[in-house]
Amino acid sequence: MQAAHCEPARRLHNGSMESEPAGGSRPFTTTSGVPADARAIGSHDAAVAARPFTTMSGVPVDAVYGDGPLPGEFPYTRGIYPEMYRSRLWTMRMFAGFGTAVDTNGRFKEILRHGGTGLSTAFDMPTLMGRDSDDEVWSAGEVGRAGVAVDTLADMEDLFAGIDLASASTSMTINGPAIVALAQYVAVADKAGVDRSRLSGTIQNDILKEYQAQKEYIFPPRPSMRIVTDMMRFTAEQMPRWHPVSISGYHIREAGATAAQELGFTLANGFAYVEAARAAGLDVDDFAGRLSFFFNSHSDFFEEVGKYRSARRIWATWMRDRYGATAERSLMCRFHTQTAGVSLTAQQPEINIARVALQALAGALGGTQSLHTDAYDEALALPTEKAARIALRTQQIVAHETGAANVADPLGGSAYVEWMTDEMERRATEIFDHLLELGGGSILAGVYEGIDNGYFVGQIADSAYRFEREVNDGTRIIVGVNAFTESDDGHQDGADLLRIEQDTEDFQLKRLAAVKQARDGEAVNRSLGAVRQAAEDTGANLVPPIIEAVNAYATEGEICDALAGVFGRYTEPAIV
Amino acid sequence: MTQPAAATGDPAPIRVVLAKLGLDGHDRGLKVVARMLRDAGMEVIYLGLRQTTGTVVAAAEQEDADVVGLSMHNAGHLALAPRIMRALTDAGLGVPVVIGGIVPEADVRTLKEMGISAVLHPGASAVEVAEAVRDAVSGPLGDRPARC
Repeated sequence: MQAAHCEPARRLHNGSMESEPAGGSRPFTTTSGVPADARAIGSHDAAVAARPFTTMSGVPVDAVYGDGPLPGEFPYTRGIYPEMYRSRLWTMRMFAGFGTAVDTNGRFKEILRHGGTGLSTAFDMPTLMGRDSDDEVWSAGEVGRAGVAVDTLADMEDLFAGIDLASASTSMTINGPAIVALAQYVAVADKAGVDRSRLSGTIQNDILKEYQAQKEYIFPPRPSMRIVTDMMRFTAEQMPRWHPVSISGYHIREAGATAAQELGFTLANGFAYVEAARAAGLDVDDFAGRLSFFFNSHSDFFEEVGKYRSARRIWATWMRDRYGATAERSLMCRFHTQTAGVSLTAQQPEINIARVALQALAGALGGTQSLHTDAYDEALALPTEKAARIALRTQQIVAHETGAANVADPLGGSAYVEWMTDEMERRATEIFDHLLELGGGSILAGVYEGIDNGYFVGQIADSAYRFEREVNDGTRIIVGVNAFTESDDGHQDGADLLRIEQDTEDFQLKRLAAVKQARDGEAVNRSLGAVRQAAEDTGANLVPPIIEAVNAYATEGEICDALAGVFGRYTEPAIV
Repeated sequence: MTQPAAATGDPAPIRVVLAKLGLDGHDRGLKVVARMLRDAGMEVIYLGLRQTTGTVVAAAEQEDADVVGLSMHNAGHLALAPRIMRALTDAGLGVPVVIGGIVPEADVRTLKEMGISAVLHPGASAVEVAEAVRDAVSGPLGDRPARC
């Protein structure tokens, strides 16, 4: 079965950022075998593989139009591959996670059955903040609500049950305690006998944007950056197919930033990681090729396309000229895109399907490597299965019906799009100049200073408020909110919303108690002592002792407490 | 801290304590609301992220708050609302509480039965936000007369 579907899969499903250009098997074949799933994906591939590159009316079209620099050529403004989606369609990577690990594992398999080609894990708030489910002060009422609860290795084992980690490409959206999640994933693979070098995936691990926008930090910025560089070193040495940081503008934009701020702040964070890793003694070409980005796709279509195009050009230019990268992969800005959750309205929620479709198209025309499309009901609650399926179908329509995937950078050469690309770059450069000034010539120092002095949060809050005022006074129209409203458009009555019941929390508490009961307490204490010791020794790498600790079934909260004992915990100044 | 209305003849501004309870880090909405209420002439005490019922109640008491505004985007409202109401009652504070964020319509009645004065949904305008706060202040739990 696998062999029969291998060829079309290889051709079409390596758009995943995790796959090498000459990549092997398709993501997400399962060892345990789910024949119906595999068949569904296979026939889908076969249909796509036969797709001729003609318009719907039969007009043949070339892979690219216009003069150089062409897609695949420095500075990659027009895309990182010569034929873009002809050679590799973007990965349809849908974010999922709710309830217990077993629940989420089921949703993963549902997405695969409907033709999704990549998966992404959402963790619940306690997990994201390094708190265990049984933490009475912080976790009560939040366990398993906004994502999946992972306290110990046992939960990670449940999460990926029946999924072959050697062929899977896994994305984990976690930042503050990312080092623990990575260690748990490695431990699951070790137990399954999968060599670490075969593990492929992405962990978000972009701690800088947490202080700027998403606020899911645990430790202060500088020790957090040490954790990130430890992970970059570990993955460079042992997990060469892994992306150790996904530099994320998504949350910066959701928090209220403009497109240009999203671009400028995100790339600046990227440069900061490069500077930190180089300061830690890593060679730029040893890690830069594994950095990837994550951008938002909002509703102003051409602004978004210009943003993506300028991101590629800026990254390539800075990596070559400022940081001395020479490997081609180090120069390529590869990115995942998600449609703008913040643009979804609770009013007339069905019309969000149209918003998502247009935002998805902008991502595709902007040359994204993978795409998550939001579910229309996300302004109301976590997505229902039906809404999530419609969201996936939406990007399948963009991919297979619109013809947008037939030609690389089809908007390149448009006077407006080229101007917008330049304008985005100009505005981002103003941000870099400001940060260089703050940091005395170092972007890393400038980013630290901008976090310390409230520059980022202040800029983002100003932009959010300006947008809100425009909506309020009607100068900016949001359909269904301040125009074209309906009298009873209100909110859904709740009948069709996904609800996480309290029994998820009760289940998880029992599960955690059972794991704690069964483990060797002495071994846990010893391993936590080793984590503390490594934290105090700036020359040590934190990843190996944390793998030891998760293997002893130390909880995420216990490991984070051990680190916080050395690093401290971050609290932000309350700035409006 | 605030001048009693009778002493100046000019009503003292409504004092609002704004906070995010628990771990949820979505503070865009709350920051926008803080500026909206400030623009509407109210005094805003912004506590920010990662507050507990204890810190919110202490701030409401110390700041002589007329209203407590809580922002929730993590589906924890049905668990957190009764806790904050109980904590306020235990502290002897009859301060009305307004919740804003992602709350399904079906939960609004439940929240009101728990004693929450108003629930604001995404997309609420500056006028609606300010009105909800003023109504809460002049409502059964508020201890001040309505004013515009």
